[in-house]
Parts: sequence; C-alpha cells; structure tokens
Amino acid sequence: MRYLPLTGADRSAMLAAIGADSVAALFRDVPRAAALDGLLELPRAMGEIEVERALERLAAKNLPASTAPSFLGCGVYRHHVPAAVDHLIQRGEFLTSYTPYQPEVSQGTLQSMFEFQTQVALITGMEVANASMYDGATACAEAVMMANRLTRRRRAILAGDLHPHYRETTETYARFGGFEIVAREPDPAAADDLAALVDDGTSCVVVQNPGCFGEVRDFSALAAACHRAGALLVVVVTETVSLGLVKPPGEMGADIVAGEGQSLGNALAFGGPHLGLFAAREKFVRQMPGRLVGATVDAAGRRGFVLTLATREQHIRREKATSNICTNSGLCALAFTIHLALLGEVGFARLARLNHAQAVRLADRLTALPGVSVLTDRFFNEFTLRLGRPAAPVVEALAQRGVLAGVPASRLWPGRPELADLLILAATETNTEEDMTALAEGLREVLG
Amino acid sequence: MSEWSKALSGFAPDAAAEQTLSGNYGLQLEDPLLFEQDAPGRTGVDLPEPAAADRLGALRREGAIGLPGLSEPQVVRHFMRASQKNYGIDMGLYPLGSCTMKHNPRLNEKLARLPGFADIHPLQPQSTVQGALELIDVLAGWLKALTGMPAIAMSPAAGAHGELCGMMCIAAALEARGEQRRRVLVPESAHGTNPATAATCGLGVDAIPANERGRIDLAALKAKLGPDVAAIMLTNPNTCGLFEDEILAIAEAVHAAGAYVYCDGANFNALIGRVRPGDLGIDAMHLNLHKTFSTPHGGGGPGSGPVVLAASLAGFAPLPWLVHDQSGFRLIEQAEGPPAQTIGRLKGNHGQMGMFVRALAYIMSHGADGLRQLSGDAVLNANYLLARLGDALTASYPGPCMHEVLFDDRFLRDTGVTTLDFAKALTDEGFHPMTMYFPLVVHGALLMEPTESESRASLDRFIEVVLGLVARAKTGDGAAFHAAPRFTPRRRLDETAAARKPVLRWRKAPAAAV
Ligand SMILES: Cc1ncc(COP(=O)(O)O)c(C=O)c1O
Repeated sequence: MRYLPLTGADRSAMLAAIGADSVAALFRDVPRAAALDGLLELPRAMGEIEVERALERLAAKNLPASTAPSFLGCGVYRHHVPAAVDHLIQRGEFLTSYTPYQPEVSQGTLQSMFEFQTQVALITGMEVANASMYDGATACAEAVMMANRLTRRRRAILAGDLHPHYRETTETYARFGGFEIVAREPDPAAADDLAALVDDGTSCVVVQNPGCFGEVRDFSALAAACHRAGALLVVVVTETVSLGLVKPPGEMGADIVAGEGQSLGNALAFGGPHLGLFAAREKFVRQMPGRLVGATVDAAGRRGFVLTLATREQHIRREKATSNICTNSGLCALAFTIHLALLGEVGFARLARLNHAQAVRLADRLTALPGVSVLTDRFFNEFTLRLGRPAAPVVEALAQRGVLAGVPASRLWPGRPELADLLILAATETNTEEDMTALAEGLREVLG
Repeated sequence: MSEWSKALSGFAPDAAAEQTLSGNYGLQLEDPLLFEQDAPGRTGVDLPEPAAADRLGALRREGAIGLPGLSEPQVVRHFMRASQKNYGIDMGLYPLGSCTMKHNPRLNEKLARLPGFADIHPLQPQSTVQGALELIDVLAGWLKALTGMPAIAMSPAAGAHGELCGMMCIAAALEARGEQRRRVLVPESAHGTNPATAATCGLGVDAIPANERGRIDLAALKAKLGPDVAAIMLTNPNTCGLFEDEILAIAEAVHAAGAYVYCDGANFNALIGRVRPGDLGIDAMHLNLHKTFSTPHGGGGPGSGPVVLAASLAGFAPLPWLVHDQSGFRLIEQAEGPPAQTIGRLKGNHGQMGMFVRALAYIMSHGADGLRQLSGDAVLNANYLLARLGDALTASYPGPCMHEVLFDDRFLRDTGVTTLDFAKALTDEGFHPMTMYFPLVVHGALLMEPTESESRASLDRFIEVVLGLVARAKTGDGAAFHAAPRFTPRRRLDETAAARKPVLRWRKAPAAAV
C-alpha cells in the first residue's frame, strides 16, 4: 500500500522491540466478542489510476458551471479565483499543518490569520474579526448566542429575507440551547418594519445585506432602534464581494457581522468547505467565539503572532467556553486572504463594480421578456424575477438545455405558493455576454 | 492553563541573539505584512472597468476601505515566505497526539478540484448533480460499514460540530420519549469540545473520574447514573491512548439507566477494520475526516465531522437527508410531513463536499485490506515509541497503548525543565512537538501520536533525539531548554503580553504595528 512505509521486516523488528507476538496482540484490550478477525466485506485497495477513474466517472455525471452558463447565488457565488491562490494554498507547509498551537513553527499560518482578521475587519467596517467559523450559517447562529450572552436576553428576531439555511441553523441551535427565535415571514419586498418589534426582551435583530432576494438596505435606523432598546444588531453578509461597493455594516451601526467568505478564493464545491466570517466591536471581543490571533514579540524582540484570548475557548474553559468550535476553516480563510491581497483596494472595488454592472445588465435584458418583472429595487449582483408561473420547472427545463438559470425561491422556501413564481439570479464577473444571451433566449422559449 | 502561564513566566527577551543586517537568516526570509507593502492604485488582478451602472443609490460605500495594493509577484513572494515559517506533515514527523497528523495524499487534492466536484453549486437542480450525490452516498456507505452503524449524518463541519449533532439527536430522542434528562457524564480526560458541546445543547456536565488504569471508573460511573442522566460522552480509544476495555459493561449500564452512549470518534484511526463501534454499544459517534481519513488540516481547518447513528437515533438526524429511489438520488432539505423528528439543519448546504471527495479517494485507495493494515501500523508505531521511550520518559500507563502514547512530566522532576521547555527543544531539533498539557488527567502531559505514515527510520531518529534531550535535561542543563527554541523562525513568543493588550489587527501608524 503506497501510503504505508513499514515493511514486513520493520513490523517484525518492532514487535520484537515491543515484546509482542503480533500486531493483533496489541489490540488485546478490545473485547473478544466485538473484535474483527478478518477483513470486512468491502472492496480492496486500488492504485491511483483506478481511484482516479472511478471518481472521474462520478464527476462526469454532474453539470459544472464551467460547461454551463450559471446564474446561481443565494449564499454561494462563482467568482474567478486567480491561479496564484490555489498554488499557494497547496504549499505543503500551509496545507499539511495543524492548528498553530506551537507558534514558533507556525508563524506562516499565524501571520496569515492576522492578515485575514485585518482584512475582514476592514471590509466589514468593524473593529475586530476572528480567524473564521465553519460557514456563514453557523456564524449566524454563533452571533445570536453571543448577543444573548452580551445582553443577558434570550430572544432574537430574524428578518424575513435572511437566508433560510441561516434561519434554520439558528433555529436548531436555539431549540437545544434554550433561546427564542422570532422568524419573520419571507419578505421579497423588504418592507417589514423590524424596529417596531424590538423590545426589552430582544437580544438582537438579525438582518442580511444584500437580503436573500437581493435587496440592499441601510440599517442605520434599525441599529439605532436596537441600541435604544438595549439590543444588538447582527448583520449577515453572504456575498462578500458586495462589500467592495455597498456601505459596510460597520458604518450602519452593526454590533456583530456574520458572513460567508466563500466568494473570495473558494470554489462552489457543492456547498463546502466554505468559511464563516465573524466580526464585532472591540469591546465585545471577550464574548466572541472561535480563534483569535494577536501580535506580540519573541524573545529576540521581533514581531510575531500567537493564538490569544484563549480563555474564551473550549480547550481552556470547557463547558464555560463561548463556543464549542475547535477546527475552523483555516485553509479557506487563507485562500480568501490571498485572493483579497491580489485584488487590493483597487481590484476589490472594481470587482464589485463589475459584478454590479453585470447584474444590472442581466436584469435589463430579462425584464424585456414578456410577463417577467424584476422585484428587487436596489441590488448588488443578485435580484429576484417574478416569472408569472412556477419557477422550479422552468429552471429544470433550462438545466436540460445546459443553462443553470438561478435558484427558484421554492427551493429555499418550499410550501409557499406566494413565492413559487420567483426566481433568484446572480451575475458575476464570470458570466459572459453569450451566457446572458443563452439564459434570455432559453427563458423566452421555456416561458413560451 | 496555570501550567502554561507558569511555564511562560520565565519569559525574557534575549538581547544577545545574533543579528543579520537584513533580519533574514539564510533561507528564513522576512517580509513585511501585506498592509506594509501598499502602493496606492497597484493591483494583482487585471479586471476590465465596467460601464457605469447604478441600482444602489445612496447605499454605496464612501471612502477607501484601506486594503493594500500589491502586484502578483509580491503576493506570491509574501505567502511563499510565510509558508516557510510553518512546519507541516509534508516536512517531517508531526506526533501531535489526538490530531492524527498523517500523510495527505495529493491524489485527493487533485480529485477534489475536478470541475465536476469543485464547480457545482449546491442549489442547482438535483438532476444535474447526481454524481455528487452518489459520491456522498458511496462514502456514507463506507463509513457506516466501517463503524457498523445503520445511519449517518453527513453535514457536520468538524469534530465539535459532529458532537453537537450527536448530542442534539440524543436530546431530541429524550424529548420524544417525554423525558427530562439534563446531565451528561464526561470523563475528566475528555477533550474540551465535549463539555463545551454539552453546554451548547443546554445540558449540564458531570465529570467522571478515571481509575488507576487510565480508564473510566465503572463503579464511579454507575454511582453517577440516574434518571436525570441523558448520556455519557466518552472517547474510545480515550485521550490517554487507551482502549476503554470495559466499554461493553459501560454501555450496558448506561443503557440500563435509560441514557445514551456518545463516542468522540477523534481516535478512530486506531480502530478501522479492527472493531466496529456499532458492536460496542455506541449510539452516536462523529468521525473526523480531517484526522482518520487524511483530509488536510490546512493550519486549522476546514474539517468534516459526519456522525454515525444507531437505529434509535436515526430518525433525528439533521437535514438534509440523502435518499435513493427509482428516479435517482434526492436530497430531502425540508421536513416532509409529520411526524418530523429531525433536529433540523446544522449548517448551510449539504456538508463538506470537498472533504468527502478526498476521504473517499483515501478510503478507496486503501480498501478493506489497507485500512486494517493502517490501523495496525498506527498502533504498532505508537507502541514502538512506548517501548523505546518508556524507560527514559515516564509513561503514564502501562501498554499496550493504541494509536497514541501518553507520558507525563515525572521524568523531568527536579530538572527545572518543563513539558513546554521540552517541546520547544524538540522544535529546535526539527520535529513538531507532541501535544502538551492534554489530557488534563496527568501532570505535564506529553501525548505522542506518530500515525501509520512514519517509517521505522523516522521513528528511530525521533527516539534518538528524545533520549538525547532527556539525558541533557538530567545533566542539569536547564538553561538550554529555557532558551529553546533558538533555530526556529521566531524564538519563544510573549503570550502573556498578547493576551494582556490584544492587538488583533494591523492598524496604520502612528499606533504602528508593534
Ligand atoms: C479528542 C478530540 N475530540 C474532539 C476534537 C474536536 O474536533 P474538531 O477540531 O474537528 O472540532 C478533537 C480535536 O481537535 C479531539 O482531539
């Protein structure tokens, strides 16, 4: 077996050094009644060629965005990732290292995380950010739990255009963690008056910007209303690239930002691994979940980086920790950092403008179709179309023609007839003019 | 923790360190932070400037963000230099106990990047992702077969997330039985995520002691069982590297008391193909694909933590569920009709697909024969360390051990050298240290997990160095240990200062970064 260096002779010599007759003897603590004597009835070892063939066969049964024009978003976006990103994250020193518990031999990871934290704080307009969470949905649930601790209250209000996966994840944590969720009805028009719901039992209001239907809003007034009532404002961002063009949560008065960072550096990957972003005001840092990297000096007086404020974390505080998270999304965060480093101020802002322009162009083209209207008033790179007929079969029919048209709202909010004719579409810098034509023509034909 | 800070209290800047003009030391190359290399207007990505478009109005950002401008060669050099300040399993032995730092095959990286896996969207029509769903199903089948468990939840994102999944299933099952059980028994040697998970589920933690053999004290456990106990969260092999040899009696007692057995599967590497948790009375267990099944740690993540479930818990599994019928594979993303027992959703989308591809490639490469061989080699390697080091270090418990071996710091008594010092001296010798100060049940723990990826020659080199360091410590050369590491990209770092006055991000001068 190509991954196992011990030879038969090694094994015999080592057993002799141990004073054991056989490897089986080393397993003597396993109850006889349960121990397996022979091999399980499962396939045997394979060489690289065979494994590669088998998995390529499975990969070939999928329709990737590289071969079909794709306009899907809703929390996962297809962006161009510069070639240097993947090259660098595959450096063995990054790829095959553990969590940086030994800082003297982990400065590469630690410094990169410090840069990541700084970038996330800058683009969200917040004071501090952690070294990542699993994904946006779990970051959202953790943000609510953090708000509960900070306010000593137990009721969170979730906006109706919060991504349903985020709402459902937060509801699961709430059910078992014993706190209350007020989930508002889905709200494509973004007309819900959330401020009117805030009272002295509210720990936080969770909004998403742009919302899951694409609408962009200013939450400054809501932030003020929350703060007057002693509650916090949590802003979720699922499309990080929007922060290059849209007023950031920090400037609207957000207390905590929970986001999905996949858009930078990371592939669609059928939904994972992605990376949760988590930023907050500095005064809340001791209630933050997850790892934090801080700057310090070494014994020779040189700048260096360490994991810090670990007294919030499970390995020190156990059941009193701010979260149970341990492994996070380190390598995805590194990809994010490298991509954003390449973009820089100029590139990031231009990428955002480009996405916006693409979406505006797409929206203009699609509203020209008879019976189709755009519901979203102010949007970044994603908007909602009303098709005048159920969207899911339309999407399925377009997929058969090799066009991945978007996300029917019914996929995320099933069982709601009032949303069944809504289609949520995103356009990014990866879409070409021909992609848009294929979509527009396809829609025209399918809608008849 | 207190041991940590004690160990660090000897911290003192070493003014006598040798200096080069550049601050570089040969191949150890320094580089300013990204933010210190800014030239306004510069970028490493060429994008076309789009035609003006505006559907945002007053919602546009005003003012600069503050991101630095660098070109591609600068960014590549920056991260190359950073990478060279890291130790990775690709470079050498990484015997970090409990973390299973094994070789990460590059085939897996290649396959995870096939567009058919990497470039598909989680919400595209299911008819267009049948191969992806099939892959998840095939991997799920392997994991169920290897653990002897009938059901599996694939979505958890890491070990701790899997713990949460399993404990929520248990809490939901108890709720469905109409029982109010709020106490979870957790061995003192448990990983910190175990009690933290119980607390996140709203459950109370009650510690159970170990016996003098380093295993759960069955009598103490039985004394703690009662009608308010929801579950035991045990680890097997446990964090001392020992198989819980009374597991069948433990499970029987726990079940008789109406509670469930959760097993932390972080140490499954010792057991693959040797024993199935389903035959040990376990009701729920997470698997760390980023340990046992070789998906790379990436400096802290991402992971993947599928949870295998007994039949009694299967109905509570989180959404989405993957089913197979005449029309192919299908994800059930919302509870369909009563009685919906599922705990609900635990994260966005369907799980860590990129990790599934890697883990399946790894499992298929080994096959049933290779997997049984690898657990044997992992256990053999750990026992070899125990045999060769047992006289010089102080083994906390007699062998045989499983895939990892625990030592404590009695061998350092009266030397003035701490476990931390010893670990730092190992880094000077070019090894990543073992896990230190965990588990908490012995003093100054040194937990070594060599994994099956190490050759005998590699272990022999490590053993020689460890023995040499022990001899040095015993000759009273404490100062050399306190000064270690000296040859790493950074010397010992002042963690106390970092925590006292946290600097968590770069800021522009005058408050110039440190
Ligand atoms: C014994 C044990 N349990 C649980 C965990 C947590 O797993 P993860 O880091 O994947 O969340 C770890 C590793 O970190 C561990 O060693």
